[in-house]
Order: sequence, then C-alpha cells, then structure tokens
Amino acid sequence: MKKLASVGLGLLMTAATATAQAEEVKIGMITTLSGGGSHLGVDVRDGFMLAIERSGRDDIEVLVQDDANRPDLARSLSNEFMQRDEVDILTGIIFSNLAMAVVPAAVRQGTFYISPNAGPSDLAGRMCHENYFNAAWQNNNLHEAMGAYMKTEGFERPLLLAPNYPAGTDALAGFKHRYEGEVVDEIYTQMGQTDYAAEIAQIRASDADSLFFFLPGGMGISFMKQWENSGVDIPLFGAAFSFDEIIIKAVGSAAVGTMNTSQWAYDLDNEANHAFVEAFREAYGRTPTLYASQGFDTANLILSALDKAHPDDQDAFREALREADFDSVRGEFRFGPNHHPIQDIYVREVVEGDDGQPTNRLVGIAVEDIQDIYHTQCEM
Amino acid sequence: MTLFIEQLFNGLQLGTMLFLMASGLTLVFGVMGLINLAHGSFYMVGAYATALVSAATGSFFVGLAAGITVAAVVGALVELIVVRRLYHRPHLDQVLATFALILIFSEGTRWLFGSSPLWLNPPEVLSGSVNLPGGLRYPIYRLVIIAVGIAVAVGMYFLISRTRLGMRIRAGESDREMIGALGVNIARLYTLVFAMGAALAGLAGAMVGALQSVQVGMGEPVLILAFVVIVIGGIGSIKGALYGAILVGVVDTLGRVFLPSFFGQFMSPSEAAGVGSAIAAMLIYILMAVILAFKPKGLFAAHD
Repeated sequence: MKKLASVGLGLLMTAATATAQAEEVKIGMITTLSGGGSHLGVDVRDGFMLAIERSGRDDIEVLVQDDANRPDLARSLSNEFMQRDEVDILTGIIFSNLAMAVVPAAVRQGTFYISPNAGPSDLAGRMCHENYFNAAWQNNNLHEAMGAYMKTEGFERPLLLAPNYPAGTDALAGFKHRYEGEVVDEIYTQMGQTDYAAEIAQIRASDADSLFFFLPGGMGISFMKQWENSGVDIPLFGAAFSFDEIIIKAVGSAAVGTMNTSQWAYDLDNEANHAFVEAFREAYGRTPTLYASQGFDTANLILSALDKAHPDDQDAFREALREADFDSVRGEFRFGPNHHPIQDIYVREVVEGDDGQPTNRLVGIAVEDIQDIYHTQCEM
Repeated sequence: MTLFIEQLFNGLQLGTMLFLMASGLTLVFGVMGLINLAHGSFYMVGAYATALVSAATGSFFVGLAAGITVAAVVGALVELIVVRRLYHRPHLDQVLATFALILIFSEGTRWLFGSSPLWLNPPEVLSGSVNLPGGLRYPIYRLVIIAVGIAVAVGMYFLISRTRLGMRIRAGESDREMIGALGVNIARLYTLVFAMGAALAGLAGAMVGALQSVQVGMGEPVLILAFVVIVIGGIGSIKGALYGAILVGVVDTLGRVFLPSFFGQFMSPSEAAGVGSAIAAMLIYILMAVILAFKPKGLFAAHD
C-alpha cells in the first residue's frame, strides 16, 4: 500500500513538471450542469468550448466540473482546481450566491477569475479585486435597462417579483434605480421555489398595471406555466434571464408578447455574432441563448489576453484582459475601472417564430453605454 | 378578503398533495414499521413516467395512468428486492438502505434522461381558470388537484374501514404476528400496501409535475414536508395524515404570504422578505414542536 502510494506520488510529480515545462494554460470551469438551472451552465460551457475549438490552440486545457447549484460544492471544487490541478484561470459560475462563496477566496490566492455570468453587486463595488473580471454584466444592468424602458413606455404601477438571494435583490435594486417611480409592491420568493400560487394570488389582489419579474432557469418556467393558467391579465416584463430561448420554448404560447432586456440577441447585426450563431447552431443543433454568447465572449476575452501574455506573468496578463481586445458578439464592449462591462442593453420581444415556436426578436436599444452603479465604491 | 380565500385554496391544494405523499408513508410505517426515505423517489418516478408517456401519446390522462402504474410496479419491485429484507432490522439500517435507494433512483434517472427537466403541461381541458362564487378566479387544474386529493382521502377511508383488505391493514398495524398466525399471507399484504403507497406518491408527482417541472430530486423537498405531516398527524394514522397535511399546507402557504407583509409594515421590503420568509420557512417546524409538546404522539396516534 505504502509502495503504491509513493509510486502514485512519483507519477503525479512527473505529471506536474511535464505541464510546467510545456507552458500549458489550465482553465478550471465550475458551472451548473444539473438541476433546474442546468441549461444555463450547459450553454455557458458549450459557448466557451466552441470559442476554444475555433481558436485552434492545443496548449489550453479546460477542466469542467458540475457544481449542482450548491455553494459548498462549488467552494470545494474551486479548492481542488487551485491546489491539485493548479489552474491559472477559474470561470463558469452561474449563480451569484455560488460566486460569492468562491470568487473572493480564489482571487485573493492569486488565481484569475473571469465571470461568464454571475455579477453580484459586492464584487463590482466594495469587494472588487484586480484579478476578477466580469465578461457578462453586473447583475443590475439588464434590470436597470428594463426599469428605464418601462418608464418610457408609461407604466405607472409595476409590481416586482424576484427570489431572495444576491442577484434577486440586485435585480430589484437595479430596476428601481432607473424606474425612479413608486412601485406597487416587491415580492421576494424562496430560491429554487417551484410553486407560485401564493405569489400569483398576491399579484391578482394588487392593482398593478404590469409585472416585472426575475426568475432565472427552472423557476421562470414553473412561474410562467402557472401564470398562464391563473387568469391574471397584466403584461409581463423581465430581463432576458426569464426569457431565454430554452425557457420560452418550454413555456410555449404564454410567453408570446412579453418584453425583455438583454445585452445580446441572436439576431443582433454584427459580423462576430453572425459567425457565432451559425457555428453554434451547426455544432449543437440549437439556437444559442445569451448564456452561450457569454461563454463564447468569456473564452474569446481569455484567448485575446493569452495572445499577449501568460497568466504566470500576472501584471501583463491582467493588463491584456483590461484591454478587452476581442470582437464581442454583442458589438461594442469595454471594461470600466472595476473590470465590469460598459455596454448597450437591448429590448427584445417574444414573438412566434417561423416554426410556430416562440422566439426572441430584437426591438431596439433600451439604454446605451450602461455602467454599473457600484464602480464608485471599488478601490483597486 | 378574496386574497385570503385564494390563499386558503392554495394551502388546501398543497395540503391535499402532501396528503397523497403522507398517506403512503404513514401506512408503510404503521403497518410494516418501516421508515422509507425513498418515498420521494416514487413521486419522481411517477412524474417522469407521466411526462414521457404523455409526450409519446399526446394524452395527459394516458400518461397519468401510466405514471401511477409505473410507480406502483416500481414500488412493488423495491419491496420485493430490497425493503422486504429490512422489516426486522433496526430503523437506522432502514434509513441507510432507503437513503441509498434515493441516490440510486436519482443517479439512475439522471443517467437515463439527463439532468435537464422534462416538460409536462396540464391537459387542455383543465387549463385556464374559472370564476368561483365571491368573484374569485382560480386555476381549474389546482381545483382538480384538490378534488382528487379529497376523493383519495374518502376512498382510503372506505378502504381501511369497510373492506377486508382494510381490516387486514388495521390488524397488521396492531399485531402483525397474530394476523400471520391467522393465515393471512402477510408477505403479499406488505407488497400490496407498499405498492399502493408508491402509486399514491406517483399520482402526486404526476399532478404536481404538470404544474411545475419534472426533474431529478423533485421528490426530496416534498418528502421532508410529508415526514413533518405524519409526525404531526400521528404515525400510522390515515386520518392524522389528512388533518396534518391540510394543517401544514395552509400554515405554510399563509405564513409565506402574510408574514413578509406583516414585517413589511415596519421594515424595508427586502429585509421584511428576508425575516418573513425565514420565519415562514420555520413555521411548520414550530407548529410541529408545539403539537409534539402537548401531544407527543401526534394528533391522531394510531398506537397508544
């Protein structure tokens, strides 16, 4: 037994030196691949891997693990990645509560973390870090844009609904920041809740003229299905998280006519996006969601920085990331001082597609050059 | 006022669904003395079978029948292969073995059908909502769930109190060696009771699956509530399961809605939601503790 162990240790050490010599780059991806939020993680991973494949580089190794939407598991996976696999870059986390469990410790230990999705306010503000970059959005962005849009559309009594976790409170804070008016009520639900009868009854009893909600992943599907049969008849608004291609196809005709805000749309007109949507459809046989676009952009951001420096040279690599020197599928993209994007947010409407299934259609720009409100609290 | 009544309906709907789960659980515990953690897996099996068959045939009702049947068959097989060996073992062994069954069922389902949820919609005839007297609009499908739950409760009452099978079940609860000595095939009775419990769990899973989504691990949160129900109602008692389920359903729903708005009167909405929903989540456990303090064996204990 002892002998076996020492042989094993020897092998491990040779393996470790071999990787060090080849100057390989190791990327650890922790993402949600099972449970109600699984299609988010699957799309981030697929978009990310598509970009890595298209780059043609064979010196990049991507290790993927499923966090099952559990903060404790995400935390121990990140420790495994950093200590056993010695990854240079971590990425992949979908949900903000998991990001809060992993990111602060990881960046403190000198690993880069590039977020393809979660953008909790704390990481953009008082807990920002030079090794943390967000290639998607700060959580509030899309909700802020919807607040602005609903204000210009003249809705006066919106009711707000979100799960009670960091991204949920960020969502409603973001909405109110740009809506600026009075809201009828704010309802918080449990994370992962599957039955919304009680909330729908509250909405019915209120005198709201519109509902703004944020229920990502499986929660949104359950809610919309129950909403359809409830007979409550006020228009629905939300960020793209509740209206991605997979959710609206699962919900069916009930989704048609709803409006949502997104930093990206598959029918957005730019060259990088045309190439991406076509390649994604060819590789995976489905239309990409915004999560896939974020995975794709995250990988391209990392690739653009790797062209200039190796992550071992931390200062040079960080500088290269800051430049964001890549063609984002969402068009213009640049980082603010807190390493969060400054970007346009679009409005999309859910319409019936050519195949009879609901799909998103780009309507216009909700807010140009949006920057998160927390960057002033960030001291890097 | 209509808000309060609508929430009562919601509580009743959650309660009747919990009753379907809890009645099987409490029968199995009462008759065989078995703690079955894998009961939530039958809920999931029923939902999956319903979703798959509904998708293949295009009919929800065919799917529902298939879901109940598959859950019953899987329940019978589990009893014959695994659970039968556990009746004479201590409760800790039973918990360990049935917990292993949860893992096997969950991973097996993930392996067969993947980890993304399946879609199951209520049938066309039951979608939409109706006007109830008093100006209340309520989804038809939820009303149907309540009706099915009540029908099952009435059926169970007659089955237990009026039929030969029910007599044997009652006899099995009070003295299982004696009814064996009287010539009742006790092994077959146990398999039957177990399969019946599994079928009811499958029915609950199928009906709720259409309302929410069908996914791996959907049974476990419900299982925890079902255990609370049978502890409150008194282990082994169908009547206790019914009252316990409706009590838990109504208290949980009303707490979830009215506590946050109560705290909202002197706190900001997100704080009120935090405090309110934290206390609401504890409410049924507080209820359980209070009931057990006064009635240590639950409201309607089957054994004294």
